[in-house]
Amino acid sequence: MSHLDESMQGGGRPRPTLGNFLYSKTFRTFAAQIVMAVIVLMAGLFLYRNIIDNLNAQNIATGFGFLEQDAQFDIGETAIRYDASDSYARAFLVGLLNTLIVSAAGIVLATVLGFAVGFARVSSNWLLSKVATGYVEIVRNIPVILQVIFWAVVLRNLPNARNAMDFYGLVFLTNRGLSFTVPSANPVHEIMGLAFAAGIVLAIIGSYLARRHREKTGKYIDMLWPSLGLIFGLPALVWLAGGAPTALSIPVLKGFNFKGGATISPEFTALLVGIALYASGFIAEIVRAGLQATPRGQVEAARSIGLKPRFVMRYVVLPQALRVIVPPLTSQYVSLMKNSSIAVIVGYPDLVNIGNTVMNQTGQAVEAIAVMMLVYLTISIVTSTLMNFYNRLVAIKER
Amino acid sequence: MISIYKSMLSCVTVAATLAATAAYADSGDTLATVKERGELLCGVHPARHGFAAPDSQGNWAGLEADFCRAIAAAIFGDASKVRFVALSSQQRFPAIQSGEVDVLVRNVTATLGRDTALGLNFAPPIFYTGTGFLVHADSGVETIKDLDGATICVAPGSTTERNVAQIFASRGMEYTPVVIENNKQLVDAYVTGRCDALTKDKAALPGVRAYDTTDPKEHVLLPGIFSKEPLAPAVRQGDDQWYDLVKWVVYATFNAEELGVTAENADEMKGSNDVDIQSLLGTTGDYGAKLGLDEDWAYNIVTQVGNYAEIYNRHFGPESATPLDRDLNTLWVDGGLLYGFPIK
Repeated sequence: MSHLDESMQGGGRPRPTLGNFLYSKTFRTFAAQIVMAVIVLMAGLFLYRNIIDNLNAQNIATGFGFLEQDAQFDIGETAIRYDASDSYARAFLVGLLNTLIVSAAGIVLATVLGFAVGFARVSSNWLLSKVATGYVEIVRNIPVILQVIFWAVVLRNLPNARNAMDFYGLVFLTNRGLSFTVPSANPVHEIMGLAFAAGIVLAIIGSYLARRHREKTGKYIDMLWPSLGLIFGLPALVWLAGGAPTALSIPVLKGFNFKGGATISPEFTALLVGIALYASGFIAEIVRAGLQATPRGQVEAARSIGLKPRFVMRYVVLPQALRVIVPPLTSQYVSLMKNSSIAVIVGYPDLVNIGNTVMNQTGQAVEAIAVMMLVYLTISIVTSTLMNFYNRLVAIKER
Repeated sequence: MISIYKSMLSCVTVAATLAATAAYADSGDTLATVKERGELLCGVHPARHGFAAPDSQGNWAGLEADFCRAIAAAIFGDASKVRFVALSSQQRFPAIQSGEVDVLVRNVTATLGRDTALGLNFAPPIFYTGTGFLVHADSGVETIKDLDGATICVAPGSTTERNVAQIFASRGMEYTPVVIENNKQLVDAYVTGRCDALTKDKAALPGVRAYDTTDPKEHVLLPGIFSKEPLAPAVRQGDDQWYDLVKWVVYATFNAEELGVTAENADEMKGSNDVDIQSLLGTTGDYGAKLGLDEDWAYNIVTQVGNYAEIYNRHFGPESATPLDRDLNTLWVDGGLLYGFPIK
């Protein structure tokens, strides 16, 4: 209401009477919005009531009570412990985690590939830039669903487990997936993970301090090697301190499949590669646009004062390019995450795949779809919010 | 200001349109609706050879497709007045609930959960089957026990998905499910060896072997049936007359076989002295009128579609592309489960 009051106290206005108030633009705008909100709410309420009444009239179960019932079906890939006696809610959680895993891996892969190809597109090397252009045109112009199916078919036609492609007896590639040797489970690994995270945090703090130092004194401290040392050195130290465990878990063909080691399923790989390559084409174009948005003169000026190429990129081109890159990159990330729902086609147990099963077991389509929509909405909004936050960091500071 | 009114107006229009279209799902007089429409909307499987699948001429062929025709024959005296609506396993229940189809004859296993929570009523089962497994012939798998640790291809949202979990858990065995919605992709995953076994209702597997694999000899059906899957036509709750009609169409095909009435001899049988045959063919009593149909409703079913044995043999008989032992799907007098209630 405060802006209403302000407008009514405005300078050269006539004395506020009821008539004036009703005809004031402020009131009209405000009233129109209220009316619109009420209509939207009522339409929503009407649809909701209509669904509930119809379902009740047909004796169809409604409500979210089913989430606590036993799911009674199994899931192929689970990030957390799950079996058929767990609840539907937990099955949804398994699906959500699988969606997050493939999305996160997809975002990393698409970003790395996209940036590499984007840089290659503006490279002065003719062959490299043409190859990059060809890549972009191919991955960008084939529907993502076809790309996912293509990779699924390619992976399915790899040799079977008994005729596995064998890489030094440590890595095996079959149509059941990629099985590879990993260090045997050891409590030291968890601490190494923590050390890795700590290394990243310390490297960020170090770089920040180095920049402050440079801004104060003008002296440049190269943090590249110290940062890498922190990120990889700390876990290595922990490993040594933990007695340097070297036991390996090697995949061995037992019965139908490889046991031991770690396995990446073909469904996951097909989906990941399909959605990540597709997104990388768009990201490459976004990166190219960003790089080309930096005026050439600035690059030439930077070179002429003798900056190393790495620093030209780091301190002249990228800060300006990122302002152009980040906003469209955000929508690429969000759409990649939503594209992961193509999983149903290849059989990766993502949220939609599991939601479909739940919907069919319980028959509660409205509720199951509502759960899926809510979850996608939430992860999309969180992704956008994080990226908007990052955008504010790299955007031009207007004070 | 005008733009505000305009947007308000558009908002009201949207709301009004929603109100107009969000009509009550029709649960009342299905028979009258069907008669008025002039055709039956029948929900079927998109491609399950033997049950419902388009043949080489694009006509729907299969046991379930024929039961759709039998219902149409009973109502219209014309078995061709059916519009087949192909439904995926995810779409099938919303489709029958919302009134998109009049009856669902789509490999639906009758279960208590579906009968109650889904608001459905099940007519008598038209096919008794159970979970079966198709395995690669060269894998050396001979019984279910050999599948410990196997990877199993299964379609989502079916009772099969639950059965596999139960079958393996109860035997203390492990497996990895690969769940793919698209049937083509699912079968392809099995055929290329991504999975050690493909599991479906056993009656569906001969069709897969005959039509979807490159060499049917490379695949064998595991012996045994591992669950109870009574496949039954389903209708919405709340319309008893329609439910009765579908139920008695099914019984009529059973009774016709039991009484020896076939498509060929039906005319001749009309002159029979047997009162059961007379009741079936409408020469005695007013049983058609009791169902809201013509008196020759069952006569039309038998002459245009056939009795149960004729329908079965057309799609699963020794001469068919997907031969399958009748097994449980024989009349009660032959030791099977088909038992038509008397038309009296």
